[in-house]
Amino acid sequence: MERKTPLYQTHVDAGGKIVEFGGFLMPVQYPTGVLTEHMAVREKAGLFDVSHMGELRLRGPDAVANVQKLITADISTMQDGDIKYAMLCNDAGGIIDDFIVYRCAADDYWLVVNAGNRDKDAAWVEGHLFGDVDYRDEGDEWGQLALQGPKSGEILKKLCAEQYIPAKYYTFTDNVPLDLGERTIRALVSQTGYTGEYGFEIYCKAEDTVELWHALLKAGEEFGLIPCGLGARDTLRLEASMPLYGHEMNEEITPKMAGLPCKLTGKDFIGRDALVALGAPKMKRIGMKVVGRGIVREHCDLYTMEGEKLGWASSGTFAPFIGCGVAMGYIPVEDIEIGRHLNADVRGRMVELEIVPMPFYKLEK
Amino acid sequence: MNFPAELKYSKSHEWVKMDGEVAVVGISDFAQDALGDVVFINLPAEGDTVTAGESLGDVESVKAVSDVISPVSGTVCAVNEALADAPETLNSDPYGAWIIRVSPVTDTEELLDAAAYEAHCAEEG
Repeated sequence: MERKTPLYQTHVDAGGKIVEFGGFLMPVQYPTGVLTEHMAVREKAGLFDVSHMGELRLRGPDAVANVQKLITADISTMQDGDIKYAMLCNDAGGIIDDFIVYRCAADDYWLVVNAGNRDKDAAWVEGHLFGDVDYRDEGDEWGQLALQGPKSGEILKKLCAEQYIPAKYYTFTDNVPLDLGERTIRALVSQTGYTGEYGFEIYCKAEDTVELWHALLKAGEEFGLIPCGLGARDTLRLEASMPLYGHEMNEEITPKMAGLPCKLTGKDFIGRDALVALGAPKMKRIGMKVVGRGIVREHCDLYTMEGEKLGWASSGTFAPFIGCGVAMGYIPVEDIEIGRHLNADVRGRMVELEIVPMPFYKLEK
Repeated sequence: MNFPAELKYSKSHEWVKMDGEVAVVGISDFAQDALGDVVFINLPAEGDTVTAGESLGDVESVKAVSDVISPVSGTVCAVNEALADAPETLNSDPYGAWIIRVSPVTDTEELLDAAAYEAHCAEEG
């Protein structure tokens, strides 16, 4: 049976179209529609329920050693309040999941993982623990909201003092008092997101989620904040060329193939030896823009202009801010050349693409 | 949801209006709502033959691509080329945004009146 976040009924009441995603019933869009929601995040602000994400905690004297062994990123230089992007790899170097890791304390780390991989990750982590470490799957205890867009800082400032708002990307503040009007709650606020835009992710107790949602929407009204669904979350992450598990990553794809940061020196982790032995990848992730009209979506095969099959598209959509079709996919390394044109088989019709640098959209700092 | 009484509808959510001998074809309010924001449309050309129950082109929203099934057979005598540049009209004005005009009409799918079509939509949710 599909799970529901604390906001399920709120989404239904607001006219959200509900779909299954990662084992959860989630709103794919509100009556405003994906295009409006997408543009709100690029130009003003959007609020997403991302409570489906999983939270795994490793705590104790051997927490560091366990996390170092499990994940690709080196956490030895992290400070309290730092966040890093990382992956879990299997013994063959394939990606089990990608996620961000929070250092709450020197002996306390928090992994925020994909909803659809939550149970798989939990089993993998639990199966590889050693020494003196306390592991907990906290997924059901947390609500998570993503407040994304240029106005998100100003909106957050209406709920808490500026000193609590993490000023740097990939940092967080724990135990932030958020004034919801009727009462004050405590939450973890991080400057992170999955939209390519300035913004925050706010983690609160599951039972506080609905109240926080309404308080943020009210605070953001004057700035044009609107609720957004998973449809806009997907177009936003794609426009920013951010990979999505199950599309750009799976257990047969290595971090190097996906073009994701993964240092093979300095420390050991599960899958490292295999990745060293594999050497340079044969296929790599590329970014493409559709030439002319049309959308190339996942599973479309990619061909040379002469008709030779090269690879596949892993994701694709219409990028609302850029105003054209964009896609990511995999082709042999020797065929990758910026500016080269390819064809994609879209329902039996060839649609022309150009290989372009990623990201397609980048926030001007 | 809007179901104009003067139109006929196919179960695959296209509408037909008979304008003398000419069949005017578009997609219903239910169809555009289910699709979400339409960003592209692939249109047939004037002079093409369309067949009842078969695809006449497709509409592409941010979320998905969907065939437009022709409710009639015949020859395309006019194409609403303006839709290529403004496909969002299919969302904002589904019954004004006609897609093709067909004449002569040689065959017609089983079509529903507005009340029957509304019931059909209710079933599909």
